[in-house]
Amino acid sequence: MQFSFLSLLKNAQAGANRWTPQWPTVEPKAHYDVIIVGAGGHGLGAAYYLAKEYGLRNVAVLEKGWLGGGNTGRNTTIIRSNYLYDESVGLYDHAMDLWDGLSQELNYNVMYSKRGVLMLAHSVHDVQVLKRHVYANDRLGVDNTWLTPAEAKDYCPPLNISPTARYPILGGALQRKGGVARHDAVAWGFARAASARGVDIIQNCGVTAIRRNQQGHVTGVETERGFIAACKVAVSAAGNTSMIMDSAGIRLPLESFPLQALVSEPVKPVMPCVVMSNSVHAYISQSDKGELVIGAGTDQYISYSQRGAFHVIEKTLASICEIFPIFSRLRVLRTWAGTVDVTPDRSPIVGKTPVPGLYVNCGWGTGGFKATPGAAHVLAHTVACDAPHPINAPFHLDRFRTGRLIDEAAAAAVAH
Amino acid sequence: MSEQRRINRGRIDRKSPLSFTFNGSTFTGYAGDTLASALLANGVRIVGRSFKYHRPRGIYSAGSEEPNALVTLNRGPGRVTPNLPATTMELFDGLAASSQNHWPSLRFDAGRINDLLHPLFSAGFYYKTFMWPKSFWDKVYEPLIRRAAGLGRAPTCEDADNYACQFAFCDVLVIGGGPAGLAAALAASQTGARVILADEQSELGGTLLSDCCSSINGQASDEWLGRTISELSERDNVRLLARTTAFGAYHENFFGLCESLTDHHSTLGPNAPRQRLWRVRTKSVVLAQGAIERPLLFDANDQPGIMLAGAAQTYLNRYGVGFNDGPVVATNNDRAWLTAFDLARAAIRDIRLVESRSTVHPALLAEAARLGISVDLDSRITAAKGGPSLKSVRIASSSSGDERAVSCTELFVSGGWTPSLHLHSQSGGKIHWRSDIGAFVPAPSVASQFVAGAGNGEFGLDKALSGGAAAGRAAAADAGFMTSDSIPSYAVSTQDADYLIEPRPPAHFRRAFVDLQNDVTMDDIRQAIQEGFTSVEHIKRYTTNGMATDQGKTSNINALEVSAAALSVAPPEAGLTRFRPPFTPVTFGAIAGINRGDTFQPVRKTPIDAWAEENGAVFEPVSLWRRAFYFPLAGEDKNAAVNRECRTVRNAVGMFDASTLGKIEIVGPDAAEFLNRMYVNAWDKLKPGRCKYGVLLGEDGFIRDDGVIARISASRFHVTTTTGGAPRVLSMMEDYLQTEWPELKVWLTSITEQWAVIAINGPKSKALIAPFISGIDLDDEILPHMAFAEGEIDGVPLRLFRVSFSGERGYELNVPSCYGRQIWERLYNAGQRLGLCAYGTEAMHVLRAEKGYIIIGQDTDGTVTPADAGLSWAISKAKKDFVGKRSLSRADMSLSNRPHLVGLLTVDPSHVLDEGAQVVSQSPGHSPLGHITSSYWSETLQRSIAMALVAGGRDKIGDSVEILTNGSSSPATLTSTVFFDPKGERLNA
Amino acid sequence: MLTILCPVCNISAPELEFVYAGQAHISRPGNPEELSDEDWRDYLFIRANTRGIHAERWRHTHGCARFFNVLRDTCSDLVLATYQIGHEPPLVTLGRD
Repeated sequence: MQFSFLSLLKNAQAGANRWTPQWPTVEPKAHYDVIIVGAGGHGLGAAYYLAKEYGLRNVAVLEKGWLGGGNTGRNTTIIRSNYLYDESVGLYDHAMDLWDGLSQELNYNVMYSKRGVLMLAHSVHDVQVLKRHVYANDRLGVDNTWLTPAEAKDYCPPLNISPTARYPILGGALQRKGGVARHDAVAWGFARAASARGVDIIQNCGVTAIRRNQQGHVTGVETERGFIAACKVAVSAAGNTSMIMDSAGIRLPLESFPLQALVSEPVKPVMPCVVMSNSVHAYISQSDKGELVIGAGTDQYISYSQRGAFHVIEKTLASICEIFPIFSRLRVLRTWAGTVDVTPDRSPIVGKTPVPGLYVNCGWGTGGFKATPGAAHVLAHTVACDAPHPINAPFHLDRFRTGRLIDEAAAAAVAH
Repeated sequence: MSEQRRINRGRIDRKSPLSFTFNGSTFTGYAGDTLASALLANGVRIVGRSFKYHRPRGIYSAGSEEPNALVTLNRGPGRVTPNLPATTMELFDGLAASSQNHWPSLRFDAGRINDLLHPLFSAGFYYKTFMWPKSFWDKVYEPLIRRAAGLGRAPTCEDADNYACQFAFCDVLVIGGGPAGLAAALAASQTGARVILADEQSELGGTLLSDCCSSINGQASDEWLGRTISELSERDNVRLLARTTAFGAYHENFFGLCESLTDHHSTLGPNAPRQRLWRVRTKSVVLAQGAIERPLLFDANDQPGIMLAGAAQTYLNRYGVGFNDGPVVATNNDRAWLTAFDLARAAIRDIRLVESRSTVHPALLAEAARLGISVDLDSRITAAKGGPSLKSVRIASSSSGDERAVSCTELFVSGGWTPSLHLHSQSGGKIHWRSDIGAFVPAPSVASQFVAGAGNGEFGLDKALSGGAAAGRAAAADAGFMTSDSIPSYAVSTQDADYLIEPRPPAHFRRAFVDLQNDVTMDDIRQAIQEGFTSVEHIKRYTTNGMATDQGKTSNINALEVSAAALSVAPPEAGLTRFRPPFTPVTFGAIAGINRGDTFQPVRKTPIDAWAEENGAVFEPVSLWRRAFYFPLAGEDKNAAVNRECRTVRNAVGMFDASTLGKIEIVGPDAAEFLNRMYVNAWDKLKPGRCKYGVLLGEDGFIRDDGVIARISASRFHVTTTTGGAPRVLSMMEDYLQTEWPELKVWLTSITEQWAVIAINGPKSKALIAPFISGIDLDDEILPHMAFAEGEIDGVPLRLFRVSFSGERGYELNVPSCYGRQIWERLYNAGQRLGLCAYGTEAMHVLRAEKGYIIIGQDTDGTVTPADAGLSWAISKAKKDFVGKRSLSRADMSLSNRPHLVGLLTVDPSHVLDEGAQVVSQSPGHSPLGHITSSYWSETLQRSIAMALVAGGRDKIGDSVEILTNGSSSPATLTSTVFFDPKGERLNA
Repeated sequence: MLTILCPVCNISAPELEFVYAGQAHISRPGNPEELSDEDWRDYLFIRANTRGIHAERWRHTHGCARFFNVLRDTCSDLVLATYQIGHEPPLVTLGRD
């Protein structure tokens, strides 16, 4: 059924209610051409693009819980591509291209809102780092503009630009086309569009291991509901990827950490854009429901509990109140956490693995949501063609052996 | 509106009338009222508009579970707070509140049109539309959605209040100050255990505050309450915290609590903290959180005039609020009968009780008859009618199906009671469904947590007291406190009743609101399931049920039952969404606490900082430190000051506070061996009295830090690090020493704060310091560049480094911190006749750049190898291994086109490039080559200079490149990084 | 906030007194020059990321400043045992279902 205002009208007629399942509940088949492990935004999106661009419909996405219930449903929904390295910009900006028009493509309003992402500089070092980003992005034709403190406040009135602040704002880098989207809708939109094209989405079907034949080639997956055969398996299951890939004999440079986030109670529009600060560490935006959505860094130890310590929330809100003193009287409505997989260079791993027929998409750390359509797209390419797309080629697992890291975090290194 | 509906009972103080305003109209209330009770007493029935449909709403509850009555409280500039429940807002004289989410007014809200169009606005409608035309999303649809969303308005100026915080430790934390909690506190504190009792309400007592007829151990309940609180207050080992919400349970019985300190005060003292955040670590916990009443579902069950039956009883008994004659009490359990009885005893007439069960206890029927309450058994409400508030209800007989309308303006509903499981669940506790009460209870409790009272599904005063006492005693024992005293027992006489219900799937109504605040109806939930959202989390997110500011306190179980019915499963299989902190919303500022403004983070200052401030320094933050950036004289801007400072250093002498640089003393027979393993350089041959520039890599081969290292003796080194790197370097060293090479006999001591460091640079540097130094021969033969000596300066211990970061003759004087300022002033004053000036970090940066000295973290960024930075010369060729060496031989680490640090001179000498600007090859193509790492105006050279990391740069010296900035490009030439005095002669000038 | 018993001080202290220092029992190879790139990569980057009992290191930065080892359940986050550097891990079991 096509979604549109007309469809709302039709179903609004008394007694009409003809809404059908957005994705049908199906039993897993015995065999698929491709199995994707993990029904997050990346996995569901990859299934969609496999069907749409490569005509591969004999595809299943297996999810141990409820689809979109991992980090896709827990993030702070920021979308941007203002990364430093050309390789990163390639990946995230590809996603930006796909975000633009995604609602129309999926016939599902993902509420992609290009309200701007403003990164703040609080020291001479910050200014150097952010300007380097601005110039590097500019060279690639990616929108990123340097703003003075007054211009930053003009763009985002709640900002505190007092020069007597502990870490006064010295300027900021603004990516105007950056913004936010409704995270759940992204998962649901891809799920509906993929299943409309014949993909099986199977929830409550956790994968416990990868099975290989004597030649080492993937033959399928062991699940809570039995063995399902497949020619190709792509694993995109943040928080579970290490365990699943271990079963295939692949040890990854991943460590899983809790990442907390919180929302405030909903208020009328007050925050026009996304603001992020590395030095006064926190990031914030306002959702279409009116809640301020806030996050910061991970807890310090590895964990699968999806639960973090309160002192992390304390530090995050102290930072928020420093940058936005007018928000101090607003109230936290809910805090939660997800499990993020972090690589040594804070860049993802998307590509083939040493096991034939096995592909991996992992290590997105705290930055996976913004890449969703882009990651999904290149993952689909990699699986369909058994070769990476030029965009994800640099994010190969092998880079940790050769030393060809793409270290975004190092580049924003601690002040000297 | 001015006449009060009051009855002569309750805990309000009629001798203390208070004046308050709501939406600009003035009313009277009393001390002890909440805003909600006072509004009810004044006959104000409509207090807000619902989120989506803008339906008029009234007060629904008497507690923090309130979904409807959210107001904005205005206490003046910087003290405007939106979204506060009127039901928990203590009334004070002069209180000014207003309703939210309507335009133009509460009475006439244009948003009501959404209600008329409600079939279009079913669950998830916004995902199905607003997609065409595409540009309309950004320009039209989203702005409209945003304006419609949100409840109150955010404040527009800085919070005028401050917030306090406190750590506390106890043996038993009792959460909930109702009868169960009080009994627990009594029993636990008897053992000598330290007890903290916290309750969210303004007074302890819980249900006892609304109780008018029970007795405990022969005392009337309010008398027992007063005595109990006194007794507890007098115990040294008990702390009572009213107005304190336990909002979060964290690992190992660590709890977050928020105490309201001044929100109920009529006048605010200067600087009085508004709230206090408590962080409590306790050995054991008693959870006595009580239970929350559940609404009934029927058409238009949200009309103003409908409220929870227990709330009505509270308003009646605790706040002395009267109700109109002819109220209807609709229920499926005995407990609400008590509300009807209390209404009757308060002389309210024509009460009708609509009971869904066909049989009830004869004693209840008898009492109802005695009080003149008409009863309809086997009956339920099917619809409420009114507009803008309740006017009548439709009552249907379940067996015959007959329906009739009954006029009423008040309807009190009870669908059962839901134990509050929040903190138990946050602690990881499991839950189990009890179909006899239609709710989950904790099962089993988490280690060192004990649940009692209604919160454990043990309803009634008797069970609350006995269960609470047992839990308190058990909690104390768990914490290691025992007593031979028997657990207090309680003889309770109460008009009590069962809380049991008959489990029955909910009947279907088209516009029965499940989540009142988010306007989620039964139909929305059924539609979500129809659309394939069958997991409880999906249902929640798709419909937004349970996501409002009340976080589903009055809606989660009803939603679960509706879902279960639609899915044809038993209720527990539908599941509950995860409980997350906070229990009720907590102010940002309370959580930020004292980490604001001046105390946001500590500022580290050197011993010379005060002198710098007194002498007009402009400062910059460098990690936690404050460093003098430049010292402008009258009329100078930054450039003028920096240029003067540079000239002075090169021509005369300058002095610089280098105290923030990290310093580590490395001592022991294996000191040199340790340095050999850590740094790239070879240290064996460094003689005492000599220095070497050390480079430190990570095991990944990238430069982590650098600094001059002096050998003081065979077994003692004085290591310096960058300012920002100091703690990291020491930690890294300790890591290797403690966990990899514990066999090495070497000890590390941070001496960063022990020594002040004054750098003197310039041709007249030696002339300046010589008269003050004793015990050191400053002759260049004895103390050449990169030498070290110990002696005294001006009578004070001195470690003297002959080093330079400017390229001029230089000395770094390390004196004990307590003498830092004294020595600085001595030298500064003596230096005036030599033309000395103080210089800051900016001049320091320029001077070193003229000489091509790198700054870690600026010219490097964590991805730079020694070869990249031109530091291969520092690497020992003989050493088989050092930290990072193995990584240097990885494939990608020695490619010829890696970025190399080179110098860069713009063709236009006046053009000072931006750091970060991109270096590209000349046209056509403009292929990326690298970026500018450092860039300055060089006063010495009278032109701009820059350093850059450029792909294969060292092989391209002399080549022309382009620098891109802001759409334009300027030509430049690659050069050596040493722009000035390439032979280094000035070091000995 | 976790509480951790520092085996050096023998004091149980809150998490804020400590800094997490990664997986435990990873010895720096004595002969890095002989290792292949793959083996060196393993030392640098490959970690167990255990779901369950994880042997890890912490440092008592606001205390004795010593590193020590911890066995912790990464599903509940709770510390099961602490022991000194260079010692063998004690036997522990998970308390949960």
